[in-house]
Amino acid sequence: MQSQGSQILVLVCCSATAFADAASPFRPTNIFAPASTPAKSIFGLSLFVLAVVGAIFIVVFTLLLYSVVKFRKRRNDDGREPPQVYGSNQVELAWTVIPVLIVVALFMATARVIATVQKVSMPGNAIAVTAIGHQFWWEYRYPALGVVTANELHVPVSDPGHPTPTFIKLLSADTDHSFWVPRLAGKTDLIPNHPNSMWIDPQETGLYLGQCAQYCGTQHAKMLLRIYVQSRDDFDRWIQAQRQPVSVSATASQGQRIFETTACINCHTVAGTAANGRFGPDLTHLMSRDTIAAGAASNTAENLRLWILNPNAIKPGSLMPAMELNDQELDALTAYLETLR
Amino acid sequence: MNATSIAAAEQRIEWDRPARGRVAMFGLIAAEAAIFTIFVVAYLFYVGKSLTGPLPKDVLSVPIFYTICLLSNSLTIHLAAKSLRQGSVRRFGILWLATIALGAAFLYGTATEWHRLIYQEGLTISTNLFGTTYYSLVGLHGFHVIAGLVALSMVMVFTFLGNVRPEHAERVDVLSLYWHFVDTVWIVVFTVVYVIGR
Amino acid sequence: MSTDAIAIPRRELASSPIVTRLHEWVTTVDHKRLGILYIIYALVFLLIGGIEATVIRIQLIRPHNDFVSPQVFNRMFTMHGTTMIFFVVMPVLFGFANYLIPLMIGARDMAFPRLNAFSFWMTAFGGLLLYFSLVGANGLYGAGNAPDVGWFAYAPLTSRTFSVGHSTDFWTLALLVSGFGSIGTAINIIATILCMRCPGMTLAKMPLFAWLNLVMAGLVILAVSPLTAAQIMLLVDRYLGGHFFDTQAGGSAVMWMHFFWIFGHPEVYVLILPAFAFASEIIPVFSRKPIFGYSVMVGATVAIGFISMSVWAHHMFTVGMGANVNTFFVISTMAIAVPTGIKIFNWLATMWGGKIEFKTPMLFCIAFLFQFLAAGLTGVMLSVAPFNWQLGNSYFVIAHFHYVIVGGILFALFGAFYYWFPKMSGKMYSETLGKLHFWLFLIGFHLTFDFMHIPGLLGMPRRIYTYEPGRGWDTWNLIVTIGVFFQAAGILVFLGNLLWSNFRGEAAGSDPWDAWTLEWSTTSPPPEYNFSTIPAVESRRPLWDLKHPDDPDSKYE
Repeated sequence: MQSQGSQILVLVCCSATAFADAASPFRPTNIFAPASTPAKSIFGLSLFVLAVVGAIFIVVFTLLLYSVVKFRKRRNDDGREPPQVYGSNQVELAWTVIPVLIVVALFMATARVIATVQKVSMPGNAIAVTAIGHQFWWEYRYPALGVVTANELHVPVSDPGHPTPTFIKLLSADTDHSFWVPRLAGKTDLIPNHPNSMWIDPQETGLYLGQCAQYCGTQHAKMLLRIYVQSRDDFDRWIQAQRQPVSVSATASQGQRIFETTACINCHTVAGTAANGRFGPDLTHLMSRDTIAAGAASNTAENLRLWILNPNAIKPGSLMPAMELNDQELDALTAYLETLR
Repeated sequence: MNATSIAAAEQRIEWDRPARGRVAMFGLIAAEAAIFTIFVVAYLFYVGKSLTGPLPKDVLSVPIFYTICLLSNSLTIHLAAKSLRQGSVRRFGILWLATIALGAAFLYGTATEWHRLIYQEGLTISTNLFGTTYYSLVGLHGFHVIAGLVALSMVMVFTFLGNVRPEHAERVDVLSLYWHFVDTVWIVVFTVVYVIGR
Repeated sequence: MSTDAIAIPRRELASSPIVTRLHEWVTTVDHKRLGILYIIYALVFLLIGGIEATVIRIQLIRPHNDFVSPQVFNRMFTMHGTTMIFFVVMPVLFGFANYLIPLMIGARDMAFPRLNAFSFWMTAFGGLLLYFSLVGANGLYGAGNAPDVGWFAYAPLTSRTFSVGHSTDFWTLALLVSGFGSIGTAINIIATILCMRCPGMTLAKMPLFAWLNLVMAGLVILAVSPLTAAQIMLLVDRYLGGHFFDTQAGGSAVMWMHFFWIFGHPEVYVLILPAFAFASEIIPVFSRKPIFGYSVMVGATVAIGFISMSVWAHHMFTVGMGANVNTFFVISTMAIAVPTGIKIFNWLATMWGGKIEFKTPMLFCIAFLFQFLAAGLTGVMLSVAPFNWQLGNSYFVIAHFHYVIVGGILFALFGAFYYWFPKMSGKMYSETLGKLHFWLFLIGFHLTFDFMHIPGLLGMPRRIYTYEPGRGWDTWNLIVTIGVFFQAAGILVFLGNLLWSNFRGEAAGSDPWDAWTLEWSTTSPPPEYNFSTIPAVESRRPLWDLKHPDDPDSKYE
């Protein structure tokens, strides 16, 4: 009995620390490791809710357990029926009023947090981003800063004393998607013809992970989210780099020619060249990203080549067509893409 | 188990329950009302939201005459059922036929209206949000009118064959409940489409 | 206890040729046979839905697994959800309702036997239509394949643009067809209960089973109809060029969500109320006490029915409806927890002071109580909108609703199977195998669904065919998958027990449980006409009154 008790205690403590262990890269999408105000408000509320719900569970569970043990039919039962009790108005009143009071308390706490998160207007120093969901990638535009990129979002860290939040307008180019980076905020959906907005103010630099959370088709599973929270200086430098068009050499390389004469330019944009397609991700600064295919593969020359050769090898069902290029064309094209820094 | 002692109680108790045909018809009406409610909600939500194409106020003309036809056949069917209950099968038959005729007139009116909208105004179900919601809502109602007329016509045939008698008054009453529902839906559709939505 | 009821011996039927017997079953309008048809149909689809779940869980046993392709996986979860809800749980509950309601209210059949048969065959055909979608081979353009849009088929994923071919149409038409069957059954149940009760059985004296199914039927009428309307709209969009959900023409994807959940939420109450009905009949008998607080139970049921129509958008907290609308749906959802909790307390009070016998039906109902408590509480967590912004559309939600449907409804249903099997078949099941089923399934259920909450808390969304390593989800997914095999074993034991006992079990007699409602007053199985004479009752427990003439219930009610 004693060792069982301490075993249980150890288990409880381990679970608690396991959940609260925010900094561990082992659980980068843990909702109990908030790093931004919306996520923190939700976290605070969730602790209150868990406490209330946990208490109710323990009380009723114990009563149920007690009743099946204490009122079981004994072996030496005399065969008579027990006293037939039909009901009791007082008892019914008691266990109606108490739950109503609990509901009122839960509701008030909830209403307050809804307002905290959703009734917020964008302050002047906020970074404005427009996120457009596509099957199966994320388009990001910074309208005030003149930047267009894809799949990897960069935002400045926010000092709790002087917050610099990022406000994200959520649109969709096709079906429903949902933006969920658990450590930064709850999820908000991207629905065509129904603009939404959300905000984050991450208080620690680093990489935050998430993924699309509304089934959007075949490759919903690999529509991953990567948010890079950087110091203000790093962020500004990144913005500057993203605003540059690529340097176009006097004679277009063979790879660039292949890019511009195959169907690539129908879907992709490379700023400063003839390519200004909008169906696929902007590739102007492709090499500034760590991953390709919305996080499905790391951004190496080998993966890039494979992606162009046969997207289904990395993300079966994605909307990038296999370009049917031969080995030599593939090598040249990959080399060209590798210059898009 | 002593079955006789259970049965004996039967004589001591007075036992009144509603008629099952009537209850079932109310159930059906509730289900249909729920379906129509959803179409009405969609119609109202999309009022003014069409991005292109003919607008209600440009192309709709209020069908006063055909509405009167439809609503007055609620009166004729009520009188028909009453006649049958009072024992007059002949008067029932005449009023029943009038109900069908007025209902058919309403359908004719809807058909001519749609013909005009499609061929002269260029409004189809795929033109814009107004077209989609208009034809769906009015069409759904029209479909229920057709279904009702089919049922009414079957009763007409039975009447001509001499098989309808005063003891069938309750069943006729239940059927007329359905018809009253169809008419009530038209009042709602009329208000939503020709009054509010225009 | 001897029975005076006269039963026609069934032996002569066994000698008629198989074609004749099949023909009788196919053309039957007898509520008992239709009930059994519904139940067998549901059991077949339970196996199919279970296989789909197993495929899902094998694919998710480890990250980046390649047991099935994403396309197949997406069809699996769509078919699993659609099958389980529409072609397993609804039919089996309609089956029990059809079988038991006339017997419990002292009637000879349902109000409309032919409508009953029509409704069954519509439902059956709907299921076959859904699975016919598999016949179209991959690659035959437009020939169709199993639907892969998720069981709630959000727009605009279901539009012709994003769902090419006919798989979505099979989903739409199958549900439209079976929906007509559901509405027919609901109308039949209401008419039967309101119009066919035996003398003396006022509404206040009928079994809670009847009350719960009455409210369930009302919900079916009010909930399935909006789905029917939405399906028609979807067909108009897909085939007549309509724009109901066409966002490019100004249409609203959110409107589909509203219409679907106006159906979808009351639907889950349609599923749970009959489970409450089973618990409300079984727990009193095995505690040897009447149900505690009958009137309050009725009131709570009616309250649940009404409130359930007002909570639907708690499935849409992340959609962007605005803070005020979100707040409304928080309070309406929390409100429904109150009458639901009251029911749990009343069942607890029924057991309190009783003499509980742990036969298989009662084991399942006791587990139901514990599990439904937990499920309800995770539901309260989800009703807190900001918490929902994290937990929604994640594995926490999947764990929650499986806790309700499997831990609550399926457990109560197993209890019902064991409780009424002697009545339906005339034979007793094997208590040893019953208990084996219970323990296997209990272990499997908890392995799978307790631990499934955790990946949700760690950020794992639903409907993903694979996941990244390094998120901390791996071990939990492994444990979840292992539980599936225990559940499968339990189900096989269950089916084996039913089959073997049906042919070789001991005769059960008319009242093996010493119970108190009218179905136990006739033979097992009942004759086609149910009762030799229509009974008349004076209390809620007519057989208690007969067995205890010195202390009848009618004195206290």
